[in-house]
Amino acid sequence: MVARIITGAHYGLKDWLVQRITALVMAVYVLLFAGTVLVCSPASFVEWQALFAPQWMRLASLLFFLSLFWHAWIGMRDILMDYIKPTALRLGLQVVVILLLVAYAAWAIQILWSN
Amino acid sequence: MKQHGIWLNNKDYLQVAMSSRPKHLNLYQIRLPLPGFVSILHRISGFGMFAFAWAILWLLQISLQSPESYEQARTFVHSWIGKLFLIGMSWAFLHHFFAGLRFLLLDTHVGVDLQGARRTSWVVLALSIVGTMMVGTSIW
Repeated sequence: MVARIITGAHYGLKDWLVQRITALVMAVYVLLFAGTVLVCSPASFVEWQALFAPQWMRLASLLFFLSLFWHAWIGMRDILMDYIKPTALRLGLQVVVILLLVAYAAWAIQILWSN
Repeated sequence: MKQHGIWLNNKDYLQVAMSSRPKHLNLYQIRLPLPGFVSILHRISGFGMFAFAWAILWLLQISLQSPESYEQARTFVHSWIGKLFLIGMSWAFLHHFFAGLRFLLLDTHVGVDLQGARRTSWVVLALSIVGTMMVGTSIW
């Protein structure tokens, strides 16, 4: 019904792929983390903190959070593109989402490396 | 495009396509198909997790900072509002997780026929609800 115009920039393909790769990274991390928590069942502050002490755990958690925030950006961008029609408002909200997610990433680094 | 042996320009094509399609958009009579229901819940659960990401980061921060703030996190998690929050986030996560796996299967051409799409939609709904109930009973 809609006359499609073929464009060559492939913007959509890149985001589609990033959304799926970040999803897989998060799925692997969540399953491994859930398994670790079930096996170790940390029941105190010391045990809980020890779980995040190894450097590889901090790096894995950081990769999870960066995947999460990148994934959230693509999802939020899609939602804003679908429901917010005035261009100025949509652009403003997209900037707010980006700034928020970048701030979250910095916050996550602070949390993971402050102990 | 070529239609009935003659070449039409885009405008003519649009008219042919629109006149030959029945349109029925009475919102009181039509309803979202099951895969569409799972899809909109995927969007809603994703937005919900984005909206409350600050709370998860805050909980992780105070749980790792000091023994005192760890107790603060424990108190919150065991409070009425904390349990409600955890159950809500659990549902959002589980639905988003399973519906997301379903989308990955669709990408690899698994379950794209009508029956398959409906069946996997039921599986996603069932897994997320059962999983949320398991989380709920374990923390309440």
